[in-house]
Amino acid sequence: MTSPSAGWLTGSLTRAHPLTTSARSITFTVPSWPGNDAGQHVDVRLTSPDGYQAVRSYSIASAGPGEMIELAIDRLPDGEVSPFLVNDLELGDTVELRGPLGGWFVWRPDQPQPVQLIAGGSGVVPFIAMTRAHASAGNSVPMQLLYSLRTPEDAFFRDELSQLAATVRTTWHYTSIVPPGWSRSAGRLTAKDLQRETLPPEKTPLTYICGSTGFVETVSRALTSLGHAPDAIRTERFGGT
Amino acid sequence: MAVFGGRRREDNPALPPGQHLTESFPVLSAGPTPSMDTADWEFFIHTETGKTHRWNWGQFLALPSADITVDIHCVTSWSKLGTSWRGVSLDTLFAEVETGFDFVMAHSYGGYTTNLPLEEILDGKAWIAYEYEGAELDPEHGGPARLLVPHLYFWKSAKWVRGLTMQREDNPGFWEEYGYNLHGDPWREERYS
Ligand SMILES: Cc1cc2nc3c(=O)[nH]c(=O)nc-3n(C[C@H](O)[C@H](O)[C@H](O)COP(=O)(O)OP(=O)(O)OC[C@H]3O[C@@H](n4cnc5c(N)ncnc54)[C@H](O)[C@@H]3O)c2cc1C
Repeated sequence: MTSPSAGWLTGSLTRAHPLTTSARSITFTVPSWPGNDAGQHVDVRLTSPDGYQAVRSYSIASAGPGEMIELAIDRLPDGEVSPFLVNDLELGDTVELRGPLGGWFVWRPDQPQPVQLIAGGSGVVPFIAMTRAHASAGNSVPMQLLYSLRTPEDAFFRDELSQLAATVRTTWHYTSIVPPGWSRSAGRLTAKDLQRETLPPEKTPLTYICGSTGFVETVSRALTSLGHAPDAIRTERFGGT
Repeated sequence: MAVFGGRRREDNPALPPGQHLTESFPVLSAGPTPSMDTADWEFFIHTETGKTHRWNWGQFLALPSADITVDIHCVTSWSKLGTSWRGVSLDTLFAEVETGFDFVMAHSYGGYTTNLPLEEILDGKAWIAYEYEGAELDPEHGGPARLLVPHLYFWKSAKWVRGLTMQREDNPGFWEEYGYNLHGDPWREERYS
């Protein structure tokens, strides 16, 4: 495991591009960043001119050594921190970062089990890191992603996931609007969807679930009812309901 | 250069450094929420002599309980002030327990563990809570019963608690193995190791 740096590091915004109409990828250059495992997160601290500070956690979309880390932020309409990171932060601006954090919700290339990833909305971010780590290790362990989204426009990293399809297959699921000609109707993920679209318990997969608290609760409950052992399910809850 | 304004001026003396207030109740868990029937529930304290003190749900509810109103602080930087709970003080549960060890490992249904110094959970500082805001504690938040150690970061307040094992050394529990601080005092910002 990569151990966290002791205190706050300064990161300057080096690259940024929109992911959707409400989300943005932001890449920071962080001198003395120790590298990170796929799935870890970082705390971001913002300070206003009068000294007021706000801290939020963000999963890291990138993995491995190096001083660049990529985050992918979804703007919550009435949020304090996410609108600033998505709309306001400019190239060259700095923020403080602490991490990498979390040693549990990670995937390492030496893990032997097949891997099922299940994302709700921005919960795909740690899985982007995992699919990248899987690709760059040339790993042959089966890995697949089930990505639940509100509408087709809400997809993060669609092109990248499509290019990876030969090694990590992505199954797209839409909860409120489906693309034209889509064979399935829109709706929340059900136990039946999960049974059809995810690795079954017989394959003894390690299943990772990430998204809002409500999404993670619903999906993890359905998976245990389908016979997955609770300790073969790892979860990351982003908050909300 | 973009200037961060920040919307919440929370100059609240009840708020430890780096924390912000939340009205909701975020959830930090490593895996699925276990479902636990109170008919099968028990709580134990296991000591170094091999003795195990046990309470089933009925015996546990029959113990004197207390109403507790406390502030809680999660390591992921949210705090919630004035939360109200009902539970049994660890002083009550430890009344008959003899031990020479100074540390405990809390065990949960679902396999989660967390370590604590014994002195941090005695003298009115910790409870096994089974009601939250006047209603039975729901499973997402640790029901049927959870440890409540409000003066430490909330991951120490083990959800779905099933027992305490005395230990000689302060061996790390689950989150502590994965990089969280052994002690976890929010006022000293003991978040990570
Ligand atoms: C380990 C971890 C990793 C995370 N990774 C990411 C990530 O990669 N990308 C990302 O965009 N976010 C991520 N989050 C969520 C992030 O930390 C913030 O909670 C989010 O950006 C909202 O912050 P804010 O200041 O804009 O909103 P706040 O001002 O904190 O909240 C505004 C309102 O939104 C509600 N709310 C808070 N969080 C959520 C949520 N996740 N969903 C719905 N409603 C919510 C609040 O209850 C409140 O009512 C992660 C959270 C955790 C714990």
